[in-house]
Amino acid sequence: MKKMVVVMMIMMVMVMVSEASMIEQTCKETPDFNLCVSLLDSDPRGSSADTSGLALILVDKIKGLATKTLKEINSLYKKRPELKQALDECSRRYKTILKADVPEAIEAISKGVPKFGEDGVIDAGVEAAVCEGEFKGKSPLTSLTKSMQKVSNVTRAIVRMLL
Amino acid sequence: MASSESLLPVTSQHDPLSESSSNSIPETRRGKPIHLVVYSGFLLIALYITLIVTHTRPVRTKGANDEKTAASRARLAGVSEKSNDHIWKISDDREGEAFAWNNTMLSWQRTAFHFQPEKNWMNDPDGPLFYKGWYHFFYQYNPNAAVWGDIVWGHAVSKDLIHWLHLPFAMVPDQWYDANGVWTGSATFLDDGSIVMLYTGSTDKFVQVQNLAYPEDPNDPLLLKWTKFSGNPVLEPPPGIGDKDFRDPTTAWKTSDGKWRITIGSKINRTGISLVYDTVDFKTYEKHDILLHHVPNTGMWECVDFYPVSKTKHHGLDTSVNGPDVRHIVKASMDDTRIDHFAIGTYYDSNGTWVPDNPSIDVGISTGLRYDYGKFYASKTFYDQHKGRRILWGWIGESDSEAADVQKGWSSVQAIPRTVVLDKKTRKNLIQWPVKEIESLRLRSKKFHKKIGPGTVVPVDVGPADQIDIEADCETSGGATLRGALGPFGFSILADQSLSEQTLVYFYVTKGKDSKLKTFFCTDTSKSTMANDVVKPVYGSFVPVLKGEKLTMRILVDHSIVEGFGQGGRTCITSRVYPTKAIYGATKLFLFNNAIDATVTASFKVWQMNSAFIHPYSSVDDLVVPSST
Repeated sequence: MKKMVVVMMIMMVMVMVSEASMIEQTCKETPDFNLCVSLLDSDPRGSSADTSGLALILVDKIKGLATKTLKEINSLYKKRPELKQALDECSRRYKTILKADVPEAIEAISKGVPKFGEDGVIDAGVEAAVCEGEFKGKSPLTSLTKSMQKVSNVTRAIVRMLL
Repeated sequence: MASSESLLPVTSQHDPLSESSSNSIPETRRGKPIHLVVYSGFLLIALYITLIVTHTRPVRTKGANDEKTAASRARLAGVSEKSNDHIWKISDDREGEAFAWNNTMLSWQRTAFHFQPEKNWMNDPDGPLFYKGWYHFFYQYNPNAAVWGDIVWGHAVSKDLIHWLHLPFAMVPDQWYDANGVWTGSATFLDDGSIVMLYTGSTDKFVQVQNLAYPEDPNDPLLLKWTKFSGNPVLEPPPGIGDKDFRDPTTAWKTSDGKWRITIGSKINRTGISLVYDTVDFKTYEKHDILLHHVPNTGMWECVDFYPVSKTKHHGLDTSVNGPDVRHIVKASMDDTRIDHFAIGTYYDSNGTWVPDNPSIDVGISTGLRYDYGKFYASKTFYDQHKGRRILWGWIGESDSEAADVQKGWSSVQAIPRTVVLDKKTRKNLIQWPVKEIESLRLRSKKFHKKIGPGTVVPVDVGPADQIDIEADCETSGGATLRGALGPFGFSILADQSLSEQTLVYFYVTKGKDSKLKTFFCTDTSKSTMANDVVKPVYGSFVPVLKGEKLTMRILVDHSIVEGFGQGGRTCITSRVYPTKAIYGATKLFLFNNAIDATVTASFKVWQMNSAFIHPYSSVDDLVVPSST
């Protein structure tokens, strides 16, 4: 019957609505709902991921953001040579995010020992904050470092759900 | 994306004119109510399904808000805050100078007499034991980086728990059942004196399982090579337990019917639990239906430990000892908070259960007992049959940034091994004390007797002050006879001459309404360094002081680690400290009294401590006779 088909479609829509809100449900428990949703919604893996999967998507965003920031740091050496010392320290800090924090977080979350993942994620925020501090208020990287701290906060909240 | 507002009700094919008539004849419309009922039924079912799907994920209350509440509750109870909270403040209260670690500062941080590998990351102690003249220590190790990952079992031996010699790795992830990590485990001595090791493996599919291993050559006192049982894994996560919530098997103990029994921590939802298994051969196991113990809202229990302590005797007990003279300790490492908790209670061998003496301070309760009120995790005890002691190992991680760890090339140390006994006087807490063998590192000492008035800081001239052992007892006189506080008073260690950097280890005595004195033992690292990328907590806890007792403290200072023992080890606090100025020759020691009107008389002795010269084993080491204790 046509009516049955319509009712079935309504039911399917309701189920779809509830699946999308897994991301919303998770993001509600983080310090920045909008950022969390926008990062996860924009990723194709987001719609079918469990909490662990969502955490790994965000760690990937941290990785991407760190890579982008390092590129920016490198381009600043020529444009702002007077900032060399601060840029050196930032470079060191952001390389730590890529070489230490991210791999640690990926391994820990995948293997079910999330506390080490929390360490790596927290540290990404710390390294970004330290880098920002190097410029004593006149940072050319503020929007990137602030982003990292925000993403770190959100990711940490989701990793803590796995504990 | 559809929303409920856009859902239009299915209109049944009824004549719109019929709605306006108030007295329509029922017989002509009999079909429609049934369609409406069916439709509403489906809608209700769909709504119900939606509700179930959106609410199966438990609403997380453990978010940032809960951490703050936990922290303030902890502050009220005078116990240490969750140290992670402090990192969050970096960008807000930048104390000014931009800061960069240089190699001079970083190389100073390495300890002289605490166990640590030559480089890279270490975490949990594993399978500690004494065998054929050597103390063995195994540990979680990352051969590739200064952060956690790629975990293997490191190995070291010592004649005296202080002078360690590094050996090759004992076990690496070379089987499918530990391909993703050779994780924490414990040793058991069988009746014939042979050793079996149970450890957690992370399989190639990321499942946590328990595996059996034993020495390849029991005649090798160094136990260099280990054989993994061909039938591994011997235990897989049971029904109802998550694949990633099943790790850290304990040392086994004998039951009254001659079987071996072990316990393994886990969780069910937010309840921390300890599973029980019996075995005769360590290869096949019977799982108990009843848990050893469980405590709601404590989260995952890692590194569970279970052992007897004597009510009357001053020595340690083998793990299998039981009887009327004995209390049993259940300890667990709380994954949520990174705190090790324990409780004292009664073990019932007949059904493998344990009940705490005081359920209000049960295992994992935030106001419950801890081995250490500072940084101290994944701890594990073993029975030292050589000297009849129960010895405690504890993993002390870093409190600095990972960039600094990567730059300096290492991360984490172990606490100095401590003896553990029940406090015979209070019967309500344990007493820990660094093993006596550490005294073999003591070089020259200086004795002091100082009386210092309120609001004073006095320098203590001991020469170098970054590798010292302090034993002190204090008395106060004068001070408020009305309600008030006495102190804080104690030592300012790892301080520079101008006190711009200092770590405070002290007593703080309050007098309550009932005139009863309540004493706290604390360590304040908030001004320990100018660096702004390290965690600088204030740690502290209530310490029982009995009538007639002087206040005593012992402090082991070893570069970036400080171990404080209040009242003979009733309350212990370990902290990590990273000064930038108070290093090498610039490190000073002070005695202070911040009381408003009480005078403190302190009698103390300070020893310079030698290095333990921890190094890789070579055959020459076999000939060295350690200084006797």
